Amino acid sequence: MPTEGAATRPDDPSLADAAASLFGAYLHVPFCRRVCPYCDFAVVAGREDQAERYVAAVTAEIERAEPFPSAPAAVFVGGGTPTRLSPVALARLLRVLERRRGLAPEVEVSLEANPEDWSPAVAASLVAGGFNRVSLGAQSFDSGVLAVLGRRHHPREAEKAVFSAHDAGFASVNVDLICGTPGESPASWRASVERALAAGIDHLSVYALTVEAGTPLSRAVAVGAPAPDPDRQAERWEEAAYLAAAAGLIRYETSNFARPGHACRYNLITWAQGEYEGFGTGAHRHRGGTRSWNVRRLDRYLEAVEAGGKVVSGAETLGPWEQEAERLVLGLRRAAGVRAGAGGGRLEQSEAGRRLSAAGVLERVGDRLRVARPLLGDEVSRAVLALEPADC
Amino acid sequence: MPARSLSPELSLPPTALIRNFCIVAHIDHGKSTLADRLLERGAAVSRRDMREQMLDSMDLERERGITIKAQAVRLHHRAPGGAEYTLNLIDTPGHVDFTYEVSRSLAASEGAVLLVDAVQGVEAQTLANAFLAVEGGLEVVPVVNKIDLPAADADRVAVEIAAVLGVSPGEVLRVSSKSGAGVDELLAAIVERIPPPRGEDSDPLRALVFDSYYDTYRGVVCYLRVRDGRISTGDRLRFLATGESPAADEVGVLTPRAVPVATLGPGEVGYLITGVKEIDRIRVGDTVTRADRPATVSLPGYREPKPMVFSGLYPSDGDQFERLREALEKLRLNDASLSYEPETSRALGFGFRCGFLGLLHMEIVRERLEREYDLDLVATAPSVAYRVVLPDGREQEVRSPQDLPEVRREILEPYVRALVITPSTYTGTVMELLREHRGELSSMQYLTPERVELVYRVPLAEIVFGFFDRLKSSTRGYASLDYEHDGYRAADLARVDILLNAVPVDAFSAIVHREAAYSYGRRLVDRLRGLIPRQLFDVPIQAAVGSRVIARETVKARRKDVLAKCYGGDVTRKRKLLEKQKEGKKRMKMVGQVEVPQEAFIAVLRVDAD
Repeated sequence: MPTEGAATRPDDPSLADAAASLFGAYLHVPFCRRVCPYCDFAVVAGREDQAERYVAAVTAEIERAEPFPSAPAAVFVGGGTPTRLSPVALARLLRVLERRRGLAPEVEVSLEANPEDWSPAVAASLVAGGFNRVSLGAQSFDSGVLAVLGRRHHPREAEKAVFSAHDAGFASVNVDLICGTPGESPASWRASVERALAAGIDHLSVYALTVEAGTPLSRAVAVGAPAPDPDRQAERWEEAAYLAAAAGLIRYETSNFARPGHACRYNLITWAQGEYEGFGTGAHRHRGGTRSWNVRRLDRYLEAVEAGGKVVSGAETLGPWEQEAERLVLGLRRAAGVRAGAGGGRLEQSEAGRRLSAAGVLERVGDRLRVARPLLGDEVSRAVLALEPADC
Repeated sequence: MPARSLSPELSLPPTALIRNFCIVAHIDHGKSTLADRLLERGAAVSRRDMREQMLDSMDLERERGITIKAQAVRLHHRAPGGAEYTLNLIDTPGHVDFTYEVSRSLAASEGAVLLVDAVQGVEAQTLANAFLAVEGGLEVVPVVNKIDLPAADADRVAVEIAAVLGVSPGEVLRVSSKSGAGVDELLAAIVERIPPPRGEDSDPLRALVFDSYYDTYRGVVCYLRVRDGRISTGDRLRFLATGESPAADEVGVLTPRAVPVATLGPGEVGYLITGVKEIDRIRVGDTVTRADRPATVSLPGYREPKPMVFSGLYPSDGDQFERLREALEKLRLNDASLSYEPETSRALGFGFRCGFLGLLHMEIVRERLEREYDLDLVATAPSVAYRVVLPDGREQEVRSPQDLPEVRREILEPYVRALVITPSTYTGTVMELLREHRGELSSMQYLTPERVELVYRVPLAEIVFGFFDRLKSSTRGYASLDYEHDGYRAADLARVDILLNAVPVDAFSAIVHREAAYSYGRRLVDRLRGLIPRQLFDVPIQAAVGSRVIARETVKARRKDVLAKCYGGDVTRKRKLLEKQKEGKKRMKMVGQVEVPQEAFIAVLRVDAD
């Protein structure tokens, strides 16, 4: 999916801003073999018996959705583990989506996959079905760390998955890595990053292990298990950024690195405050200034769709100032930053903004603001949200 | 106001049939229970009138919204011979900080019931108040209370009291205020032993204001003890100390309900409402006389209250400054010993430098401000009032570490005469503790073989900084403490400043003995290190005396403060999380470039924290 042209750097401001007018579609697949101890997404384990029913329900939801503003330029199938559905089922969902308003030329069609469900045959089927980008949940190439994370694949499987994805014709292959897992050493982290890069990936996501409330991990930490150390995570991230740059992957968002032409367009839409539709359990959408989200529980979702009822469980519509603040908070995650605009100007003028500038966290480049020290990005976000509401 | 028929029983008893007394007791020695028993026995109105009277009083309350705190209660007592006595029970506060208030209660009484717990025995503060009573010429009626407790040792305690007062153990009464045993004998002793008030009905009016409080509807309500002359509703009055001359809108007695009477005569105790609304215009301890026939000599009993401990009180939210001012104004009405003046702190903004009688007083005021006036306060490290001798020989009082002049000849610090009573097994522990607090032994006396009285000269500042808690914990709560002001002495003192990122935090400065400077500095630096969140840069925390740094720690810069995950388009959740974190930020105070959580000020300055 070389949609941006091979020369477009992923941190190019025009690329970042253009995503605001694109339309995206998200499909959620909640099924997993087992639930990872740190995961708090809408997932279910051992319910694949409901897969057919679920595909039917998502199909119905897509068919009933409000008209799309334009043909989706990016489709993202996330989970859960999308590959718990067969490539045929996934392709069928893609066709249902396409029937609504077609797909944009050179559309990006991503899915998330687990190395343990991956095979050359699966990869080839998915490409045949229309997928052109895959995000592999490798997480680590250290078997000890994988065990702590509750992942059952072998490090070599992840490596082979990258190869077979490329061989099958995926235009973009991403690997997710998690840093700061208890038991991870500086050497094992470095080895993981190097191995992922050496496999020839086009895109790298580095996530810091986060203890989310209500997960088995948070319960373990509550009774004394080691919690991730943010200082160590900072070191890991810095090392990953260094190694990625050396391999030609440019950081274009807090956690994301890509070769030129391989930025994830679906995510760019999100950060540019663009519109997207969401389908399936717990899926979020952003349409016409309103953000809304579906019920998370599989059974409730299925029953609601089958009864022809509502699957939306909550919504919020932001006022003009809140939208402006959100534009900054989201946009400042990108290396390209964000056009300063009214809110950015006020941020710079505020006491917190001045401190952040003085500390070299917030940076002005022409008409844009950017976060020069991405690991302190939330500090900037809080400063934006702390601004008094104003007319925009 | 509707006309009322006043009960003849409630007006003008002859002074020979009046007894005014207070109860002096340590906290928990049963004062309130005894007061309840006395109230039951001596219901202020006869049974015949009880119903009517109570209803009447309730109407009064309903009509005007008055609730009178039972600071002075009138009781009736029929002696075996048939004589009807009027007993006025005047309340005394029970803590070392309130010696001043005790002295006011004593000044309104001719006698004091000294109540001592049959298990606990004599305590320092009871003794101090008993001495005050004796010095004030009051008749002391010693009583052992709680004689029915299993662990009671009434005989031993009676011997202890007798030794202290120089009476025979046989004169010590025994009471159980819980069961009521011995209460009749106590009432008889009050009538027999305590002299009736002396006062001239025909002299110009002199009445002592021994307490006051503010009522939303009636304004200032004063509690009075008439010495000479009469005070009647409608009189034009004059307050000798303030010069105020309002009219007596209403005088009355407390039964304990407020019952208006036409006149209060010599020896009587009651209340006065003048219509004065401004809380500063009436001072507790003042003498009331009549404007048309004024007395010239004030009654003794009024001392300018002298605040001993000072602390800055600041609203956490700067917008609450005016509310704090109003609250302090209101509190001061009931508490003449509270002083305050505006103060500015670089770290904390606008607040007040407040003077208190002691640490407990400080805590009570702070608690009342927070609870009754719904304020959220930050208090600075308590300080005593030093006297600084300037190079030209002039003396200057310094109530805040900020005001300590750089150039000075010497610093004089206030001392107290501290009286500690402890079981003799803890004598060594207590002496060691006092030595650590720079105390010098003045005298030591065995009250009984089991109990020792120690008298020390100690710097007040040492007592202020947590001494009482340490004394209690090192003697399992058995030792007791009382102290009185005992002049000033030159001392080797230094101001320790705390600097955050090289900016001094005035709220944390303290004047301490030079030898204690390091431990104070170290303690604050260590505590702050645990309380100050990591910032965008390294934050050095230093303790310094002058330009010399004596302790240092560093809060390392924050390295990661970002949530990596994107939550698959769940923008709302991320924003809500940030909003929540932002709320936490609001409770931060900026010190230079450093964000300091509100709680840090409180936690660091907590005296007992360690």
